[in-house]
Amino acid sequence: MLVPLSWLREFAPIEAGVDEIVDACNQLGLVVDAVHEPGRGVAGVVAAKVLEVKDHPNADKLTLVDVEIGGGETTTVVCGARNLSAGDVVPYAPAGASLPGLGRLERKKIRGVVSDGMLCSAKELGLGDDHSGILHLDGTAELGHDVRDVLGLDDVVLDLDITPNRPDAMSIVGVARELAAHFHVPLRIPVARAGDVNGDVRGATVTVEAPDRNPRYVARVASVRIGPSPEWMQRRLTAAGMRPISNVVDVTNYVMLERGQPLHAFDLGRLGGRGIVVRLAEDGEQMTTLDGVVRRLDRSDLLICDAQRVPQAIAGIMGGGASEVSDDTTEVLLESAYFEPTGIGRSSKRLGLRTESSARFERGVDPNGVLQAADRAIELMTEVASADAAPGARDEYPHPIEPKRVTLRAGQVNALLGTELEEGEIADALVPLGIELEGTGPVRTAVVPTFRPDLEREIDLVEEVARRIGYNSIPMTVPKSGEHFGSLTTRQRERRLVVDVLVGFGFDEAYTMPLVAPADLERAGLPAVGIELENPLRAEESLLRTSLLPGLLGAAEFNVAQGQSDLALFEVGHVFLPGAGDGPLPDERDRLGALLTGYVRRRPHEDDRPVDAFDLVDVWNGLVGALRLADARLEPGEQASLHPARSALAVVDGQVIGAIGDVAPEVAARYSLTGPTVAMELELDRLLDARRLPARLRRVSRFPASHIDLAFVVDETVPAARVAETLRTAAGDLLEDVALFDVFRSESLGPGRKSLTFALRFRAPDRTLTDAEVADVRRRAIDAVVANHAAELRG
Amino acid sequence: MNADQARQLLERALDEAREAIGSAASLEDLEAARRGFGGKRSPVSQVNESIKSLAPEDRPVVGKAVSAYNAALGDLVDARRDELQVSARDAARVRDAIDLTEGGHGRRRGHLHVVTQVQRELEDVFVGLGFQVAEGPEVETDWYNFEALNMPPAHPARSMWDTLYVRLGRPEQVMLRTHTSPVQIRVMETRKPPIYTVMPGRAYRKETLDARHSPVFHQIEGLVVDRGITFGDMAGTIEAFTRAYFGPDKTSRLRPSFFPFTEPSAEFEVTCTFCDGAGCSVCSRTGWIELGGCGMVDPNVLRAVDIDPEEYSGFAFGFGLDRMAMDRHDIDHIKTFFEDDVRVLEQF
Repeated sequence: MLVPLSWLREFAPIEAGVDEIVDACNQLGLVVDAVHEPGRGVAGVVAAKVLEVKDHPNADKLTLVDVEIGGGETTTVVCGARNLSAGDVVPYAPAGASLPGLGRLERKKIRGVVSDGMLCSAKELGLGDDHSGILHLDGTAELGHDVRDVLGLDDVVLDLDITPNRPDAMSIVGVARELAAHFHVPLRIPVARAGDVNGDVRGATVTVEAPDRNPRYVARVASVRIGPSPEWMQRRLTAAGMRPISNVVDVTNYVMLERGQPLHAFDLGRLGGRGIVVRLAEDGEQMTTLDGVVRRLDRSDLLICDAQRVPQAIAGIMGGGASEVSDDTTEVLLESAYFEPTGIGRSSKRLGLRTESSARFERGVDPNGVLQAADRAIELMTEVASADAAPGARDEYPHPIEPKRVTLRAGQVNALLGTELEEGEIADALVPLGIELEGTGPVRTAVVPTFRPDLEREIDLVEEVARRIGYNSIPMTVPKSGEHFGSLTTRQRERRLVVDVLVGFGFDEAYTMPLVAPADLERAGLPAVGIELENPLRAEESLLRTSLLPGLLGAAEFNVAQGQSDLALFEVGHVFLPGAGDGPLPDERDRLGALLTGYVRRRPHEDDRPVDAFDLVDVWNGLVGALRLADARLEPGEQASLHPARSALAVVDGQVIGAIGDVAPEVAARYSLTGPTVAMELELDRLLDARRLPARLRRVSRFPASHIDLAFVVDETVPAARVAETLRTAAGDLLEDVALFDVFRSESLGPGRKSLTFALRFRAPDRTLTDAEVADVRRRAIDAVVANHAAELRG
Repeated sequence: MNADQARQLLERALDEAREAIGSAASLEDLEAARRGFGGKRSPVSQVNESIKSLAPEDRPVVGKAVSAYNAALGDLVDARRDELQVSARDAARVRDAIDLTEGGHGRRRGHLHVVTQVQRELEDVFVGLGFQVAEGPEVETDWYNFEALNMPPAHPARSMWDTLYVRLGRPEQVMLRTHTSPVQIRVMETRKPPIYTVMPGRAYRKETLDARHSPVFHQIEGLVVDRGITFGDMAGTIEAFTRAYFGPDKTSRLRPSFFPFTEPSAEFEVTCTFCDGAGCSVCSRTGWIELGGCGMVDPNVLRAVDIDPEEYSGFAFGFGLDRMAMDRHDIDHIKTFFEDDVRVLEQF
């Protein structure tokens, strides 16, 4: 909303400066986005007439200019410009005047001649970049008169960001009301001579068939002479951001800006049947709006039709071309109406058509200001379009909308704000906004004017009080209750722990886009199905991700393309799977994804080595340990995106919660990942839900350990972890640790066989083990492995 | 052998020993020399053997000579051992030297995403101020995202957010949450006051990417519901947070605004962190940076979750995490957060 201050001051005699007004607007919630202030920093500069231009005695490039500065007074200034001659009227800044960028001027000697101030270029006045010569003013300007007036520099324009709850503030009068209250000056809104609701309207008719959508419709009729509007009106419309069109149209826009009431002028000669019918559109009905677009309508759209029911406007949104005011128009029907806000909002949204008019109607104009706005427009048309108005007004307003009455308890105001306001202070806050308070004492009834549809409840009035006394005048306190304490939940702490484990292993946390394209899933070897967006901005963001791997692979691809080929990335984030959610919601879950590609760089001291899936097994073990999982293991199995023979499933409490392994070669190739690439994805919630070992100290033995190595030959299909598990079970409590330290395959072992060598460490908590004891557990361990895994003990 | 012969023998032996020990090039050579001139079958052991066959008056003389010989031999060996050890240590120093400036093995530390870092820090600040932390789903129903937040269907304020709808449920029933505020409703549905909770998370809007806006972004918001909570408590809590997070020399202020779920509503601003309030290009010379929105929880929101607004009141506030990370680390484009360029990730 662009608000020229000169226009504002027509309604409220605010004397405050621009900075003060800007502060006031911000404090009131009418946020100032920008201030267009052409004369900022210009003070004391007056119009002066050039009498004579003489050479400077000591400088070729300078002149001495005699000027008359009003009241017959003259003076001489030194000037560098050459575009002056006797009779020119120019801006003269005497000593003591201020210019933007130059500040306050002083009398000084220039090349031996005293200059009493200076003559100004446009640039020196802050009016653009023209510094080619002294600015010439209108020759009729009164000498000695402030150039701010001469140039209209005082017409500062505020660009206000009006919140959607404040339709009243989408008008000059509304903003004036706020500022008048703030600066304690009277608000004066001239009342135009009213149309007589029983008077003659030259036979024009109004029929409202949908009164719930159009509670009030006022029509006035006037003959007009179309032409341009006067310069003052054009200047104001331009300053407020609207393009002047013709006197009649300009008047409707002028009144809309001034009063907040959108108006529409129909060319009465082009309305079939000299009248108006307001009705709902038929499904599929079409009309062409002023912008030349054919609009397809349905029964939720409200139409303004002529008496023959032919659509002439989409109510409250945009008129049609057929009855548009043109140069040939001689008589107009002026519409001023109140349309039900949500209906306008819905139509405007559905049609994708937002206008100055719809923006006001959908927020709610003042139903009781409708007639007065029409009268004001007729008054202005009389002035600028030689209008000859019919004395009457048609006013369809079957159920007048009464001001709301809201109970206001002073105690509640203070209880919610934390203030100790007296009843009188509350009244002083509200009354200047047009709110009447009935009754006396701590509980009163507020009568809220209909131009404030946002004020419906006590709490709304509490906000008005807070706004008026100033949010920042309310003393800061902290909640008094001591019944709460701050903490993270165990879950939240463990989520951080998981992330910290990954960071500890050298992984960088990535954020990848949760919105993906079907092709992204396919590239990662996943089914291209997922939950679809109804209205995606781009096809690349049309699905919700079902896995973190496409994002991590994409991030790896991006980095490799940038020349960074050794990567360790992870992400913790949500994935979205169809079904099984709460009501219509998807199955949304937290996952942990990790990816390694390239080499572990150890040169120059050791050789570089390619990353492999065992690096991720370390991370898995780190997580299992950090979370003290009671039952977590890796098992053979296949998972999409991963190499079927070079991956494993992560199993917790007997349930698969993810997988680890080499990225399938064809997937890696699609992301141009030529180096070794491995990945892991785990269900984070399931990981955190898993059974845990108690965090109690396991006592350590002070007695010596016995070390034994055992090598077995087993089938390739036997997982090493199973053999280790068998050893653990068979050896019992005396087995302190078992570690696989060698794996080898050779022809001598036979095809499909491998050798696994385990280092076993035995120790008792309370004694040194005897050779016989060690031999006994060794025997049991060997027997169990041989029996359970068709193993042979080697050498 | 007589005493003179014995003495001469020892003198000669000592000369030879001096020669041999002086030329011993290693501890092993030195030990061999020591054994050769001091051990069994050495000249001194011969002399020692012969003492008992000497004339009684010669015995003490020769005995003294043997002691002197042994002492001299010991000194020679010790001195040479010291020399050898020093030179061995010097040699080892040269041989074993390493140059640590060659760099490490290349083991890398990992990095938290910079937005995660900001989020954790904020969570910790609010935990310190007595808040708990809550999360919620990113795909939400109309009830949580709009309706319970005092925006019934077709409410004009819904257009304040450009919503990305999801093809689930009835048309426009399910959406990507446009703010973290649905978590407020979820918290109030499951817990009774007193509620002091902050809710960090990801939110989505149908917005074209530019330097400051992304269709996917991060917020944190806070909710307090308790008996006797006032607007002043809200202002004071925001002030406490401002000081805790931005520093004790920073302050906050409020100005009226509009949100459907709060009344009164406000924007809050904090002292510009770039110019400390003096006014600069970042804060448009106001000395203040707009941080987020806040307000007293609208009674309709409390009613939607069966909390009696006559008994309880509360306030809520929220702001963007991305923006905070951008301002703090001089990051000029929000897409930086989703690009995952490791040259960027590794800087924080």
